[in-house]
Amino acid sequence: MSFLSAQGILVFFLLGMVVFSFFSEQFLSQSNIMTVVRQASIIGIIAVGVTVVIIGGNLDLSVGSLLSFSTVLVVDLHDKIGPVNAILLMFALTLLIGAVNGFLIGFMRLNSLIVTLAMLSAIQGLVLIYSGGQNVDIANQQGTWFAFFGRGYVAGIAVPILLFGLLAIVVQVVMSYTGYGRRIFAVGGNPMAAVYSGIRKNWCVFSTYLISAFCVACAALVLGSRVMGSQNNVGQGYELLVLAGIILGGTSLLGGAGSIWKTVIGVLILGFIQNGLLLMGYPYYIQWIVTWVIIILAVWLDLANKRKRLLTTHS
Amino acid sequence: MTSLKGFFRGKTAIQPIWIFVIAIFIFFSFMSEYFLSLSNITNILVQTSTIGLLALGMTYVMINGNIDLSVGATLGLAASLVVGIQPLGLTVAVLAALAAGIVIGAINGLIVWKTGVNAFIVTLGAMIGVRGLIFLYTQEQSFYATNFAFADFGASTIGPIPVLAIIFLLCTLVMHLVLTRTGHGRNTFAVGGNPEASIDAGIRLGRHMMINFIIVGFFAALAGVLLASQMGAATPNLGRDYELWTITAVVLGGTKLTGGYGSITGTLGGVLAIGILRNGMNMMQVPAFYVLVILGAILISVLIIDKKLNAPSTKEVRI
Amino acid sequence: MNPSQGNAVQRPPIDAEPVLRLAGITKRFPGVVALNSVDFDVRPGEVHALLGENGAGKSTLMKVLAGKHKANEGKIILGGEEMEFENPKHAKRAGVVLIHQEQSLVPEMTVAENIFLGSLPKKWGNRVDWRKLREDTNKILETLKCSFQHDDLVGSLSIAKKQMVEIARALVFTPRVVVFDEPTASLTDHEKPVLYDVIHSLCDQGVGIVYISHRMDEIFHLSHRISVLRDGEYTGTVNTCATSEDEVTRMMIGRSLELDHASKPSEFGDNMLEIRNLSVKRVFEDVSFNVRKGEIVGMYGLVGAGRSEVAETIFGLRTPVAGDVVLDGEVVNFRHSHDAVAAGIALVPEDRKDQGLILGMNCRDNMTLAGLGTVSSMGFMKGSAERTVYDKYQQAMKIKTPGWRQKVGNLSGGNQQKIVIGKWLHTHPKLLILDEPTRGIDVGSKAEIHALVKDLAKSGYAVLVISSEMPEVLGLSNRIIAMYDGRVTAEFDGDSVSEDELVQAITGMGKPSPTAAVTG
Repeated sequence: MSFLSAQGILVFFLLGMVVFSFFSEQFLSQSNIMTVVRQASIIGIIAVGVTVVIIGGNLDLSVGSLLSFSTVLVVDLHDKIGPVNAILLMFALTLLIGAVNGFLIGFMRLNSLIVTLAMLSAIQGLVLIYSGGQNVDIANQQGTWFAFFGRGYVAGIAVPILLFGLLAIVVQVVMSYTGYGRRIFAVGGNPMAAVYSGIRKNWCVFSTYLISAFCVACAALVLGSRVMGSQNNVGQGYELLVLAGIILGGTSLLGGAGSIWKTVIGVLILGFIQNGLLLMGYPYYIQWIVTWVIIILAVWLDLANKRKRLLTTHS
Repeated sequence: MTSLKGFFRGKTAIQPIWIFVIAIFIFFSFMSEYFLSLSNITNILVQTSTIGLLALGMTYVMINGNIDLSVGATLGLAASLVVGIQPLGLTVAVLAALAAGIVIGAINGLIVWKTGVNAFIVTLGAMIGVRGLIFLYTQEQSFYATNFAFADFGASTIGPIPVLAIIFLLCTLVMHLVLTRTGHGRNTFAVGGNPEASIDAGIRLGRHMMINFIIVGFFAALAGVLLASQMGAATPNLGRDYELWTITAVVLGGTKLTGGYGSITGTLGGVLAIGILRNGMNMMQVPAFYVLVILGAILISVLIIDKKLNAPSTKEVRI
Repeated sequence: MNPSQGNAVQRPPIDAEPVLRLAGITKRFPGVVALNSVDFDVRPGEVHALLGENGAGKSTLMKVLAGKHKANEGKIILGGEEMEFENPKHAKRAGVVLIHQEQSLVPEMTVAENIFLGSLPKKWGNRVDWRKLREDTNKILETLKCSFQHDDLVGSLSIAKKQMVEIARALVFTPRVVVFDEPTASLTDHEKPVLYDVIHSLCDQGVGIVYISHRMDEIFHLSHRISVLRDGEYTGTVNTCATSEDEVTRMMIGRSLELDHASKPSEFGDNMLEIRNLSVKRVFEDVSFNVRKGEIVGMYGLVGAGRSEVAETIFGLRTPVAGDVVLDGEVVNFRHSHDAVAAGIALVPEDRKDQGLILGMNCRDNMTLAGLGTVSSMGFMKGSAERTVYDKYQQAMKIKTPGWRQKVGNLSGGNQQKIVIGKWLHTHPKLLILDEPTRGIDVGSKAEIHALVKDLAKSGYAVLVISSEMPEVLGLSNRIIAMYDGRVTAEFDGDSVSEDELVQAITGMGKPSPTAAVTG
């Protein structure tokens, strides 16, 4: 059943592609598609992690601020302590913040929406304190292998795309085919019943925030390496774009259901809308309006689906 | 209900947020000699009036069991409209801006009502889309007020008190009375507390949701108009992140995200707490960055305290 | 309350023109006929019991009556007038009120606001008329002899008092017919008489009562007539004074049900579970008992006596302040349910939907949830192993599902409960704790579950059954632990104990009430 509704989104997606390709010959060219996927990869990488949090029954609004934090950190430290140490330290600190989220929501059992809202504000403050309000950049942009993550290619495919694909596949496999994934679905579906089945709910919730933070750290790697510098609010608003992608893909915000595939499709839809509209000559902000309309349509379609299902399988 | 429990609960309860407001008020009075002056206090009221007006509407929507993420964008749209349409006359401009807010609220309400989709999703979409509408209308330009009466209004005072502060306090009073005294107000609680039961009791759920989304849309637009008159201008990015501040203020004020519980007096406390903190720390010359961290910390502390106060720890299963 | 007592006071039928008549009600949902030409009537001043297994159509019939569903065919005739109810409020105004099984109150609002929910008295400007609200509420509370105030928050009331608020709500529009849907499901035996009094006084005022319940003793105690539904069909109406439990059961399930009290397990091994002076602050105190291998121990007591809490403490969900849990000779005192499961304890919880199942998950996934380790290797799930487990228990327990992909939320109560039990059997526990294993499920599944529990004990499981149904406790247990007000008051031999002794032990009669353990 969930497969069917995922296909509904897919049909929608392909239809949109065809329409765009009528208006622009460039649109379906290989290089354009690669460009779109590459641009979508940062949002996509974060969305993979947030999807896990949502399946586990919570929300993460702090990813945008956390992305600013991690990107500023890795870029700033690159010149100070060298790329390897910078990356390691950045991952460690990002995971630490993820662990704080996870502790407050998993073990203290606080409302995830408010906690991550508070963290959004607090982390943004930390970034500003750290950077003193200044933007940071890497001085020697040509001579560092750090560029690999954002600008490199392996076998003709851009590294951000590879990273996005790899993360999506690994996390999808974990969620669908491992006991851990099953537990996350159970905790998101009915936390009380999960505990009564001997599942360590608090640890499960905690771990989803580590996954989310890890994905943000990967995204920061790509972003920092591509730009070779960072504004101190570079991630502002990402949390909402990520959510928009996840919602477009059709993962319910209620928890206990959803998949990484849906999210990947949702994020790509966002990317192609943006690109298609640009190629058709519209200014970038038109995509926001179109996104609004599509979100409404998507939830409406999903709802029609569910109503039909409710009627056919009587309960 | 004369015991200590009654102090924080029941009808004549003192809300914890007000204790906090009083505490920081006293704290800053000692820390800065400029803090405790009439001009600074009215200043705080003016500074908080924008988030305050948004929070009034948000309180209704949240008690109703929904949320509205599009308030910041709606504020931005109303601000751009009221400045942009000024050449056609100030009255027309203000009416158009307020109408825009009402229409956006009505669209949100209609979709939430008719589809039953989570308001978080619907208004997240609206937040992105309405921002697009602003950019479309303004072509990414900032507008400057040409009508001096409009710009003067934002700075005008009645006696020593700024008009903006008076408008905010009046709105707060009206919204408090409507919430506590009228059928619509009480039904808003009922719908948020137990939607199923409300439907069975014949309460028209959709109608109350619509009204509340229209209310929040209207107040967002009103806040936009007043902010534009205060600044004498409108930028396309005006109101960005305001939804986060607003939700923070309402939650600080004790309104529950799950619906069915909350108050305008609490929200006023929440708004003032944020306003006093910002103003006071500014007076103490703490960089603005720290306010973000402190606010986040306070919000989380409030959650923890609320959890500890309300947890019947021994009666409940540890899950 | 002694169940045999109920048979003593049977009421003759009341001769009067029906106040309400349902004629030929048919309700179709896509793919199923939920009600097929059902007839039903209620006379003024009468308690008319409606019986039927789960899924027989009782709730649907009552929803049609109360305006929640619209019938495809048939008539609703109220006081000689044909009615068509658009919504529950409309039905309520006409005088037909449904008192819900699930409580439909707003916890954060006052008693008065809840009673007048949706019909608050108003002054001009849509303002609430608080004075009139207070006066009207007090009038209703007085007639019901309620012990709470109009401005108490409903969330702070006990379940029984909440139920009184629901009933009070029914009295706002002078009702002609009141429908009680399983009203005693969450009441203690102390609280039931209050409800019965209210029902009697409604009858005296000429109100017709429809009473839906699973409990035979109550039905025979209260009703004048009994009607039975089976699979959406009306199977007949009998006068209570002229029928027997056997006959009614036969009408419900199409055969006579014989509970086999003689097939209890008889060979016991060593102690599997030993509870030593276990206490949880403000919940229960100084609880000690033991369960041997191959033995079924019943734990009997009123709702709120602390039985489920004892089970939850054994299972690691509550923190004791004193005492020990000894499993198989080892002091365990689990800190988390995970450890309890790993050590071989299984708990079939009281609330199937909230605690037992993930309703949105399919049957197979629910079944393997507590034993994921056995159907995976290196953390990866083995689909075939999962199917094998599912098939095994689905066949062994005759679980009726369209297939393993079916969401458990779509199954009937009995089949859902079997899935929960299957989930725990798959973990091969040493100790099986069943908390109200047959609450709210149909008679057929109930008998199957009872037989299963006995078989399990005979094959060596130690079983602890918590129940507030005396026939269940007596029919299953080798020994019975009686609890009252957070304490173990007595221990009985399951074969020789009398019903009176049991009732005394769980109601605190003949013993000074313990003051240390305060519940509530």
